[in-house]
Amino acid sequence: MIKDYFSLASNNLKKRGLRSWLTLLGILIGVAAVVSLISLGNGLKDAVNSQFNVGSTQVLTVQAGGLNNLGPPGSGAVNPLLQSDTDAIGRLGGVEVAISRDVRGLKIDFNKKAVFTYGISIPDNQREANYVYQFADVKTISGKLIGQGDRSSVVLGNNFIDGTKNGFDKDIKVGDILVINGKNFKVQGILEKKGSFIYDNAIYMNEVDMKNLLGYGNVVDEIAVKVTDKSLINQTATEIEKLMRQRRNVKVGEEDFTVSTPAALLSTVNSVINGVQVFIIIIASISILVGAIGISNTMTTSVLERKREIGIMKAIGARNEQIFYQFLIESGLLGLAGGIIGILLGSGLGYLGTFVLNTFLGASTQPQINFLLLFSVATGSFLIGVISGLVPAIHASRESPVEDIRG
Amino acid sequence: MTTIIELRDVWKIYNEGEENQVIALNNINLHVKKGDFIAIMGPSGSGKSTAMNLVGSLDIPTRGKIFLDQHNISHLSESDLAQVRGRRIGFIFQQFNLIPNLTAKENVMLPMMFQGVDEIKREQKAETLLKMIELGNRMDHYPSELSGGQQQRVAIARALANDPEVILADEPTGNLDTHTGQIVMKFLNELNDKGKTIIIVTHDPNLATEHAKKIYWIKDGQIEKVTEKLKGKWKTLKK
Repeated sequence: MIKDYFSLASNNLKKRGLRSWLTLLGILIGVAAVVSLISLGNGLKDAVNSQFNVGSTQVLTVQAGGLNNLGPPGSGAVNPLLQSDTDAIGRLGGVEVAISRDVRGLKIDFNKKAVFTYGISIPDNQREANYVYQFADVKTISGKLIGQGDRSSVVLGNNFIDGTKNGFDKDIKVGDILVINGKNFKVQGILEKKGSFIYDNAIYMNEVDMKNLLGYGNVVDEIAVKVTDKSLINQTATEIEKLMRQRRNVKVGEEDFTVSTPAALLSTVNSVINGVQVFIIIIASISILVGAIGISNTMTTSVLERKREIGIMKAIGARNEQIFYQFLIESGLLGLAGGIIGILLGSGLGYLGTFVLNTFLGASTQPQINFLLLFSVATGSFLIGVISGLVPAIHASRESPVEDIRG
Repeated sequence: MTTIIELRDVWKIYNEGEENQVIALNNINLHVKKGDFIAIMGPSGSGKSTAMNLVGSLDIPTRGKIFLDQHNISHLSESDLAQVRGRRIGFIFQQFNLIPNLTAKENVMLPMMFQGVDEIKREQKAETLLKMIELGNRMDHYPSELSGGQQQRVAIARALANDPEVILADEPTGNLDTHTGQIVMKFLNELNDKGKTIIIVTHDPNLATEHAKKIYWIKDGQIEKVTEKLKGKWKTLKK
């Protein structure tokens, strides 16, 4: 019997083709937004977090000028950090090591083509260099990393290997010579793929080479500070702020520098993403609500139009509840159809979004399609349809055969 | 012959006690015996349609009792009445009243669906009935693809779907040309010959006298007279 209701209901919906399609549009858009958001949602967070490498929980970052490390920092600061700041921070209790980091734009010539990218400095001190590699969690797939005393040689991010993508129309391998800002550098190593556009597109060179090449003296873009223990991170951050206020002669609240903890960075990034998600969910909810009202409206119209049909069915033996279920299932099917198409569209958008993230941000995230969740969404859509159709179905079931049949 | 349907002292009053009160039926008594061919005759507004609704258990009386096989059905709920008429009474309407979204076969299957008959049996029965009314080649056509006469024959097949004792036809030839109307009436006569009880509601005295065995003449909500055909001659039973 239930199968018969479904077949009668789908028959009716098919006959009212265009109207059915227009009716399920609201649910469809809402569900598509929710599903794409979910399938992309955590992927997006992972991608963004991995881009900024906020994985290391023991590392603080100090920057000048209120800039943060979301882009090549430092050069724009009015009152830049200096090597002496790094040394002073390094002497604080609770600090295991403080390392100056420089990130600077570079021009690379190779195979008669020029590409602009940025270089990341590696300290000319093997202990500090090892820390930098540890913070960034990088390894080579060929050649070796830049170490103490290495000169005129560079290590390349993974994206430089492929000639079709690196902008030089030629694969680069260990041993190749690149001209960087007019000076020859030998490729000493190539890094493993990190899935982060910052690391995969960067050039790593000894800080001595970088200073000589660009002549920025004792200015430091960023100071990476590793604390001796995770639990000390906030306390150390406060002490660094105090020290820096003294050294830069600024009052509390007027800081022209920032000390970011990984947790703060993570929460900033995540709160932006959460804000976007909440916004999309609100829009999706409104869309679903409008969709539900649309279904209710369509079903009410349908009951009015089909009074005669209802009368006939009652005359030939349909009980009130049989009419009720038929209309209810019809309305549920409208919701379900909107839900299923929305799921397909939303999943498609999720895949597309992931593809865009991976292609343009160099991330390596996967769409998160949870089948239990999709099943719940489909069931939910059906239920929204059912609830929307409740009142019209009750009206339909109460129609009097006598009044309707002569029409 | 056993009585199938009986209306005993039946009144149907609309808006009772209000200014616009309408007495549609005024103390009607009516007997339908098994195997009868009855016509309820009357001009427009006479109350014959109201009488048909009560006979067909589409409605319940304001006062009085209706018996179906000696069971009083005057106070049944709408759903219970639906079950009763679905099983016991087959309807044929002037407007054919087929469901436009369903094919001829699906229309015939519908009353069986409401009685919970399984799909295979429904399909077999519908096919048999459509072949019987010579529409075996039109089973998958939609009502809009059928002529008026063909639609009315599908309606007859639908009325027979649950094998009811009574066929109730409301102006069955009203929307058909004379020839097609005759074909439809021929089917009803054949069904009567096979033992089905037929009740037609009509305003056409020729149709009533030509086919029925007993005629209830209704006027202004009352039975004006009852005539019966005995040995080929009409005899007034009651005035």
